[in-house]
Amino acid sequence: MAQKNEERLRRTMMFVPGNNPAMVKDAGIYGADSIMFDLEDAVSMAEKDAARDLVYEAIQSQDYGNAELVVRVNGQDTPYYNNDVKAMVKAGIDVVRLPKVEDAQMIQTLEKDVLAAEKQFGREEGSTHVMAAIESAKGVLNVAEIAAASDRMIGVALSAEDYTTDMKTHRYPDGAELEFARNMVLHAARAAGIAAFDTVFTNMDDTEGFYRETRYIHQLGFDGKSLVNPRQISMVNSVYEPTQKEIKNAQNVITAIEEARIKGSGVISMNGQMVDRPVVLRAQRVMRLAKASNLVDEEGNYIEK
Amino acid sequence: MEIKETAIAGTLESSDIQIMLAKGANGIEIDLESDVKKQFGQQIESVITTTLNQLGIESASVKAVDKGALDCVIKARTIAAAQRAGQTTDEPAWEVL
Amino acid sequence: MKNSVNRELPEDIMNELDYKGFESTEIGNPEIQRVAPKVHVSTGDNKVVSSIEDVVKKTVKDGMTISFHHHFRNGDFVFNKVMRVIIDAGIQDLTLAPSSLTGVMNDMVIEAIKKGTITNITSSGMRGSLGDFVSHGGLKNPVIFRSHGNRARAIEHGDIKIDVAFLGVPNADRLGNANGMNGNAVFGSLGYALMDAQYANSVVLLTDNIVPYPNTPASIKQTQVDYVVEVDKVGDPEKIGSGATRFTKDPKELKIAETVNKVITNSPYFKNGFSFQTGTGGAALAVTRYLRQEMIDNKIKASFALGGITKPTTDLLEEGLVEKVMDVQDFDKGAADFMHTNPKQQEIDASWYADPDNKGAMVDQLDVVILSALEIDTKFNVNVMSGSDGVIRGAIGGHQDASTANLTIISAPLIRGRIATVVPDVTTVVTPGDSVDVLVTEYGIAINPKRDDLKKALSNIPGVPIYDISELQQMAEKRVGKPTPLQFTDRTVAMIEYRDGSIIDTIKQVKD
Repeated sequence: MAQKNEERLRRTMMFVPGNNPAMVKDAGIYGADSIMFDLEDAVSMAEKDAARDLVYEAIQSQDYGNAELVVRVNGQDTPYYNNDVKAMVKAGIDVVRLPKVEDAQMIQTLEKDVLAAEKQFGREEGSTHVMAAIESAKGVLNVAEIAAASDRMIGVALSAEDYTTDMKTHRYPDGAELEFARNMVLHAARAAGIAAFDTVFTNMDDTEGFYRETRYIHQLGFDGKSLVNPRQISMVNSVYEPTQKEIKNAQNVITAIEEARIKGSGVISMNGQMVDRPVVLRAQRVMRLAKASNLVDEEGNYIEK
Repeated sequence: MEIKETAIAGTLESSDIQIMLAKGANGIEIDLESDVKKQFGQQIESVITTTLNQLGIESASVKAVDKGALDCVIKARTIAAAQRAGQTTDEPAWEVL
Repeated sequence: MKNSVNRELPEDIMNELDYKGFESTEIGNPEIQRVAPKVHVSTGDNKVVSSIEDVVKKTVKDGMTISFHHHFRNGDFVFNKVMRVIIDAGIQDLTLAPSSLTGVMNDMVIEAIKKGTITNITSSGMRGSLGDFVSHGGLKNPVIFRSHGNRARAIEHGDIKIDVAFLGVPNADRLGNANGMNGNAVFGSLGYALMDAQYANSVVLLTDNIVPYPNTPASIKQTQVDYVVEVDKVGDPEKIGSGATRFTKDPKELKIAETVNKVITNSPYFKNGFSFQTGTGGAALAVTRYLRQEMIDNKIKASFALGGITKPTTDLLEEGLVEKVMDVQDFDKGAADFMHTNPKQQEIDASWYADPDNKGAMVDQLDVVILSALEIDTKFNVNVMSGSDGVIRGAIGGHQDASTANLTIISAPLIRGRIATVVPDVTTVVTPGDSVDVLVTEYGIAINPKRDDLKKALSNIPGVPIYDISELQQMAEKRVGKPTPLQFTDRTVAMIEYRDGSIIDTIKQVKD
């Protein structure tokens, strides 16, 4: 189930076609931070009902470990949207991902529908989170209000295929066509205090290109990436792995926090200098990444290789 | 629920099960084809029967071709086939899901 | 009576065939006596025979033991050609003792059993319609399954006394000097057939390619061969390769392969001069690829790679990452072709490879082996012989033999479709849990409790959780449910020997 926003790593969000039992069944074995069952583009019109039933039953019965469970429902302009939202809320999904979001109103509608479903099926009100996929010029320009549209929002994701079509271009290896959108989405997410997900990279044969793009969005500050293949998970994780120096530094900060707490001091200091809040936050994030990458043990000690 | 037309759900891919549902007269009659029939035949038939009964279907002729599906898949495919057969796909059977 | 892996053995058959129950994986240092074949003396000038009919008439009599090798795998033409003649000659009561039986031989074996031509079989394994036939009680006497190393042991002991060996080769001269490397239907190493050539009373070569005398390099030598028969085609080169060179894209197989690689590289055995055996199949090839990168990154070279060889392994040899390839059989044309261009790819016979009753076999020097499993139980016992429906559909191969390695890794998915691989008790014990060290699944690994020393080295590998094997078994059962127990009759249809010749388990006739 969903944990508090700031505690969760979201490096990898793996797409799983919603009508494929073999892939739905095995989605938990690859160590993705988030698993995104897709009821939208991966499912043909004739199978929308069957995919919904399948994902519902799988969520109810299968063990996906600590992964955050996300479902991409069909768009609000489709006849499937209402039943998708109801079924997934009833199943107890962590996050409903709404495609093709263009304004805050769409998120508010989703919020209302999710709340109604929570009431109808006796789920705890507010327990279902939502996120928005930004897939058009309009969505990009409105992303700040979209990101701030609801307390249930946990993230915004850029979806480049539709976006580049809308922009009358296509994807290029250097990603220049996505520069503005990536920065808009990222800034909106950070301003609203939620996660930012980069778009998918579909060419499985271009490993170098995948690493280049992942290192780039990591540098920008994205939380992670949407992924089409489980093989990409370990590649993303390796890019997000902190260095030994970063870990040692973070450990010192954590120690300083602990010392300040024991002393009852409101001021955290390290080597005689005051430690700012951003430094504390970064240190905590580095330690979370280090733990997830098995670079430190349960007590936070660096594991020598 | 009443079966109005013959309907099918699921595929013949690995880990899936294809369920074909038609009107029946003598309770739930299942013709099951499965590589794991020896080990799981009873369990598969029991999931299909229970799910149909929950949907209010007491008589049906079922043809099931199993490719190693887990119970959750069998249940999902049975529900999908039944709702298609009953022409109620637009209103999911919330009480059974 | 029960043996040490808790399997009930049928007393009557055990006594009749003078068998002991399996006790231990330890071979010890006994003194043993090997046998020698009869030699029909000649100068070698009249070995070439014009037809299979003639040679069968000269060599095969009722009640004899005949043998074949399976290096042509599913491209084999020799077995069916020879058996056709033997059946049609009305010969009865033969024991069939090939190195293994492949799918193309199934129909002929079933016909020979039905006509009384074959009344006993010993083999590494059987699959498909033949396995089904035997599991349903089609053969009166129980089949004896032996590993490749154990077959070599049994031949040397005289437990298998081969009267006539029919050995197909892609080349031979008129006196019988032959190898597996040149010609049309090449398969590389003649490893398993070399035992037959050395120990059978009569050795018949069949070839579609008679070359000028003397033929070199000679894996089979003129001193061993009685007859050379020219046939139109010995095999189909397209079907000899087992398709093993396909590099898997299945993410689950890759995940398992990645984990196997991590287990190897984090183990104390991954150091300069280590040795390994990877075998065939998509996941095994992926392991070889991952291992290659780790060897390059860590500047580590292997002293040898062993066993059934594939092209990715000979590539390592060519790159200098492996010093020697010790080759008992080749799974693809790439590996087979490479053999005669690189002297560091050494052909070894089954005895050298894996015979336990030896002055040292290659498997005794092996550091790391990756093996597969149809089932593995909470005692780490492995089944590679019977399917989840109880029907024979596998082969021991070198499984029991290579498990003597310092680090024996079983690589298998936790579940296949709806079938659990990790089970409370395997249907058939082939390899005892005592010789298995680590199980790798897509969910994580389990370490044999007796290998506590590995626990420290293998903990804290990113993304590789360690479970108790019973936890993995419960995880599997939770996913697939509890199967209805299989139904068998009391009749024994097969005996599984351990590599030392004791009985580790039996297979009963299935009840349908």
